[in-house]
Amino acid sequence: MTQPFRLPTAGRLDAAGTVSFIFDGKPHTGLAGDTLASALLANGVHLVGRSFKYHRPRGILSAGAEEPNALVGIHRDPARKTPNVRATVQELYDGLAAVSQNRWPSLAFDVGALNDLGAPFFSAGFYYKTFMWPRAAWERLYEPVIRRAAGLGTAPDQPDPDRYSNRFAHCDVLVVGGGAAGLAAALAASEAGARVILADEQAEPGGSLRFEAGAVIDGMPGWEWAQRTAAQLAARDNVRLLTRTTGFGYYAQNMLGLVERLTDHLAAPHPEAPRERLWQVRAKRVVLATGAIERHMVFPDNDRPGIMLASAARTYLNHFGVAVGRRVAVYTADDSAYAAAIDLKKKGVEIAALVDLRPAPQGAHVEEARGLGIEVLAGHAVTGTEGRLRVRRIDVAPVNGGAPRQIEVDALVTSSGWTPAVHLFSQSRGKLAFNEATQRFLPGQYVQDAVSVGAGNGTTGLGEAVAEALQAGEKAAKEAGVSKARAKVPNLEAGSTERWSSGMAGAAPGAEAGKKAMAFVDFQNDVTAKDIRQAVQEGMRSIEHVKRFTTTGMATDQGKTSNLHALTIASEMLGKPIPEVGLTTFRPPYTPVTFGALVGHGRGALFEPTRRTPIHTWAEAHGAVFEDVGQWKRAWYFPSGGEDMHAAVARECRTVRQSAGIFDASTLGKIEVVGPDAARFMELMYTNPWQKLAVGRCRYGIMLREDGFIYDDGVVGRLAEDRFHVTTTTGGAPRVLHHMEDYLQTEFPDLKVWLTSTSEQWATIAVQGPKSRDIVAPLVEDIDLSDEAMPHMSVREGRVCGVPARLFRISFTGERGFEINVPADYGLSVWEAVWAEGGKHGACAYGTETMHVLRAEKGFIIVGQDTDGTVTPDDAGLGWAIGRKKKDFVGIRGLKRPDLTAPGRRQLVGLKTSDPKTVLEEGAQIVADPNQPVPMKMIGFVTSSYWSENCGRSIALALVENGSHRMGERLHVPMPDGAVEVEVVPTVFFDEKGERTNG
Amino acid sequence: MLLIHCPYCEEERPELEFRHAGEAHIARPENIAEISDEAFQRYFFIRANPKGVTFERWRHIHGCGRFFNAARDTVSDRFLMTYKAGEPKPDLGEAGGNQ
Ligand SMILES: [Zn+2]
Repeated sequence: MTQPFRLPTAGRLDAAGTVSFIFDGKPHTGLAGDTLASALLANGVHLVGRSFKYHRPRGILSAGAEEPNALVGIHRDPARKTPNVRATVQELYDGLAAVSQNRWPSLAFDVGALNDLGAPFFSAGFYYKTFMWPRAAWERLYEPVIRRAAGLGTAPDQPDPDRYSNRFAHCDVLVVGGGAAGLAAALAASEAGARVILADEQAEPGGSLRFEAGAVIDGMPGWEWAQRTAAQLAARDNVRLLTRTTGFGYYAQNMLGLVERLTDHLAAPHPEAPRERLWQVRAKRVVLATGAIERHMVFPDNDRPGIMLASAARTYLNHFGVAVGRRVAVYTADDSAYAAAIDLKKKGVEIAALVDLRPAPQGAHVEEARGLGIEVLAGHAVTGTEGRLRVRRIDVAPVNGGAPRQIEVDALVTSSGWTPAVHLFSQSRGKLAFNEATQRFLPGQYVQDAVSVGAGNGTTGLGEAVAEALQAGEKAAKEAGVSKARAKVPNLEAGSTERWSSGMAGAAPGAEAGKKAMAFVDFQNDVTAKDIRQAVQEGMRSIEHVKRFTTTGMATDQGKTSNLHALTIASEMLGKPIPEVGLTTFRPPYTPVTFGALVGHGRGALFEPTRRTPIHTWAEAHGAVFEDVGQWKRAWYFPSGGEDMHAAVARECRTVRQSAGIFDASTLGKIEVVGPDAARFMELMYTNPWQKLAVGRCRYGIMLREDGFIYDDGVVGRLAEDRFHVTTTTGGAPRVLHHMEDYLQTEFPDLKVWLTSTSEQWATIAVQGPKSRDIVAPLVEDIDLSDEAMPHMSVREGRVCGVPARLFRISFTGERGFEINVPADYGLSVWEAVWAEGGKHGACAYGTETMHVLRAEKGFIIVGQDTDGTVTPDDAGLGWAIGRKKKDFVGIRGLKRPDLTAPGRRQLVGLKTSDPKTVLEEGAQIVADPNQPVPMKMIGFVTSSYWSENCGRSIALALVENGSHRMGERLHVPMPDGAVEVEVVPTVFFDEKGERTNG
Repeated sequence: MLLIHCPYCEEERPELEFRHAGEAHIARPENIAEISDEAFQRYFFIRANPKGVTFERWRHIHGCGRFFNAARDTVSDRFLMTYKAGEPKPDLGEAGGNQ
C-alpha cells in the first residue's frame, strides 16, 4: 500500500493529486500540496539524514523553516543540485529527486556513526583542543579529514544555470508573516488606504492556523478565513501579497530584504523564469508578525527519528492528513502539546501516553485528553529512548522517583513551549526585554519604525493577537501618513480552544548536570546539554563564548529551536539569571539565502559594464586580441598570418619606428577644464606651472595627492586662455574628476571653473612614427602641420576628414606623433580613413602591448604600474615637472615631509639583464647579494619588463633603493631557477637624445 | 542601504547614489606650504573616528555631483542631519550625545 500513514479523513490535500518522487533512489508517491517531509512521513519514512558530528540517525523535527535535521539534496538535473534543503519547506513536485546527506555508504548503515562511539573525544571545543598542533597538520591532515567527515551536503560542481531577479519596492506598511496576526494587520492597513506588502514564507498564508484545529475567525474555521482573507488582499490594488517569500534581513532605515522563491516548487519551470527574486523593500512602517517557534524537550537520546515537535505532528495531521505514527506518545511541559494528543486521538491514532513534566496540569485540555481515554502521566519525565533508526520505546519515570516504565511507541512528540520569533526585530537593532513571568525574550525598545504583533510579540491567544494586529495595522497606516476618510477597519471576532503556556527551557530530568546523557540542545551542530555545561566549566562566561566554544546555534538553522535551551543551561551553570547571561546576536539571514538571489543579474557579462571604444568593431574585424583594462576592452595586439603574441608585438614595434603605427587611444580619460580661473585651478591641481603655457601648446602634467605621492598624469593642451583639454590615465578619469571636484567645491569654491567629463565624447586616434605626418596630412583641412607652425607638444582645432577635431602633436612612443580627437560618433570612419592613408606608407595597427613596449623604451612611466602610491615625482625622475616657484599646489607640503626628502628612497631606474635574452618578471624582487641567507633584504622590484625588438634585447624599469646613485651597479633578481643578474641603467633605452620626435 | 538627504537636491535618495568622502570640517590650511610637520600631520593624517556622532563629507556623485556634510551616529547609523558644504558645524546639543 502506498502512503500507509495518509489518513483519508484528515488533512486538506486532494487525494486525487498523486505525485511521484524519489528519495535516495527509491520511488514514492505523495500528494500535490505536500512538502517533501509530509510526503516522506506519509510513506512512513522518518530517517532522512545523519547528524553533523556524530552521524547519528536523524528524522524530521518540525514542519517549517526552523528545521535543523531534515536537510536533503534536491537534484533537478546535473547543474541543479541544491544541498541542505530543508525537507519541511521543499514543496513536492512530480519527479522530485532528493538524496540524504552526510552518510556513507548508505543512510541506514553509515561508517561515520563511529564518531558517535567516540563521542567523548568530540565534545565541546574539540576543534580547538585536539587539532591545535602541529600547525602543518591542520592543512594536510586535520582539516581535509574533518571536512569530509563532518559536513552538510555537497556543493554543486557546475555553474548555476538559473536566473535570479531583483526588485526594489516602496510601501507604506510592510507586514512580515501571513499568519492570523499578519493577515489581520494587512487587512486593517489596506482598509485604511495604505500601500501594503504582505510577505509570507509558505505557499499559502495562514501560519499556525495550518494546525490549530479549533481556531475560529469571523465565524469560520481559521484556515478558511486565512485563505479568503489572502484572496481578498491579493485582489486589492494597494496590496502586494508575496507568498513563498521570506523576510530574511532587517537593515537600516526600514529596509528589509525579502527573497521570493518562484520555481523551486514546480516540476517543469519555464527555462527563462527566474528561480528567485530578491526584494529590497523600503517601508514607512513595518509590522512584524513572525509568530513563535516551538522548542523540543531536552532529555536523553531525544534525537531519534520519530521524535518531533508537537505542533509539527499537528501540522502533518491537520493539514497534510498524515499520521506521524500509529502509537504516539507526547512529552511536554506546556499546555499546547495536549492538542496534539487530542487531535491525533480523534483521528484514530493511539496515544501511548501523555507525559507531562508538571506535577498537576489543569484545565479543559487536560480534562478533554483524559475524557478521550488518553493516559496523562503528570509529574513524569521521559528519561530515555530506544530504537536504532527510529524511536521504538521510551522510558518514563516519575519526577519524584519511583519505578520507571517502558512504553512501546513508534513516534514521540514533544513541546517545552514556544519561543517568539524575534529575529527580525533584533536585526532591526531593537532591544529585547526578558519577561520574567513567561521566561522569554520579547520585543522591548524599538529603534526603527516597526511594531510586533501576535505570537512574535508574546501575544499567544488568537483573539488577542488578531485584535492587536488590527489595531497595529490601522495605526501603521496612520503613521505612514495615510489618511482615508471613513476607512472601515474590520472588527474580527476570533477565538480558539488552544491554550498556550510558557513551558520550560533547559534540560529536563535525565539530562541534568552530572549525567552522561546525549541530550541534544542543538540538533544541527550536535550540541548536548553536557557540552554547554562543559563550556561553562572550562571558563566560558559570556553566552557569546559558550556559543563559539560549543558551536551551539551556529548551524544554518541559527539555533531557532535551541538557543533558549542553551542559554537556560548556561545560566543555571553560571548561577546567574538569564538576562545577565545575555542573548546571542541575531544576524541576517533569518533562513539561508542563495548567493544567486543576492547576486541577481550581476554575474558573468553583467558583473560590471563592459566599455568598448568606437573603433572596437574594426579591431575585432582585424583580428585583434583584446585585454581588459579596467572596464575597457582594449586591442592588445593584432596578430597576422599566424603570428604568436611575441611575433606580432615585435612586428608592430618595428613598424612604428620604421614607418608608422595607428593606435586606438580612445580610452584615455579626458576632462575639460573651463572658466576664467581655469589656469589658476590647474596650477593648484598639478605640480606644473600653467599660467604661462601658451594657447595651442601642451604640457605633461603630474597630479599629486596632498601627501606628495603621484596620483595621476597626462598631457594637457591649452585650447584658449580659459580652456584646457586634460587627459588622464585610462580608467583614471572618474577619480581624477572626483579629486578635482572635491577641491573645486570644498577648498577653492571661489574659483570660476567648470569641469566636464569628456572621455566618451572624443575618439582618440594616435598616429605615431616617422611617416605619421604624411599619413595625417591628406586628411587635415585647415591646420598647418609644419614643424614651425605645429611643433612637438602643441594642439590645434580644425577639421580632420571634414569632422571638427582637436589635433595634438604629441608622442607616447618617442616618435613624431599625432593624436586626432574627433567626436566619438565619427571615430570609426576617421579611423578607417587614417588606416587607408597608413596603408600607403606601410603603417600597422598596434595594440596596448606595443604601446607599453615603445613607451618603456623611452622610459615613460605608467601611473599605477611604475608607481604604486608611494612614489614622488623625484622618485620617478620627474622632478623637472614641479613648478619650483609655485606657492601652492596639492601635494606641495606633502613633498616636504622628511621621509619624502630623505636620501636613499626607492627611485625609478632602468635595468638591463646581463643576458640580453632574459626578460625579467614584472613584480620580481631585487636584492644586492643573491647569496645572503633567506629572508633576503629586498631593495626594490621590477615594475615594467619587456622584450624590446628595437633595442634587440630585454629592457626593464624598476623601483630600487637609492637607484639613481646606483648607475652601473650589478644587482640580482632571485627567481625559482636561480638569480638573474642585472645592471642598473638610465630609464631611456632608445633614442636617448630624443631626436626622433622631430624626425 | 541608507537613505541620505541631499541638501542640494532637497530629497532623500538611496545610498547607492552617494560616495563617502571622509571626515568633515577639516579645512586645508591657507598657508599649507609653510605649516609644520605637526600641523600637517593633524591636517592630513589624524582623524577623530568617534563612537557616536561623527561629521563627515558625502558626495551625491550619481546625482547632482555636490559635496555636502552630514552628522551621523556611528552607533545607530542614523543620519542626524545633512547640510551644505561651507556651512558651519551644527551644534547638535543633546542629539549629539551617544544614542
Ligand atoms: Zn544632490
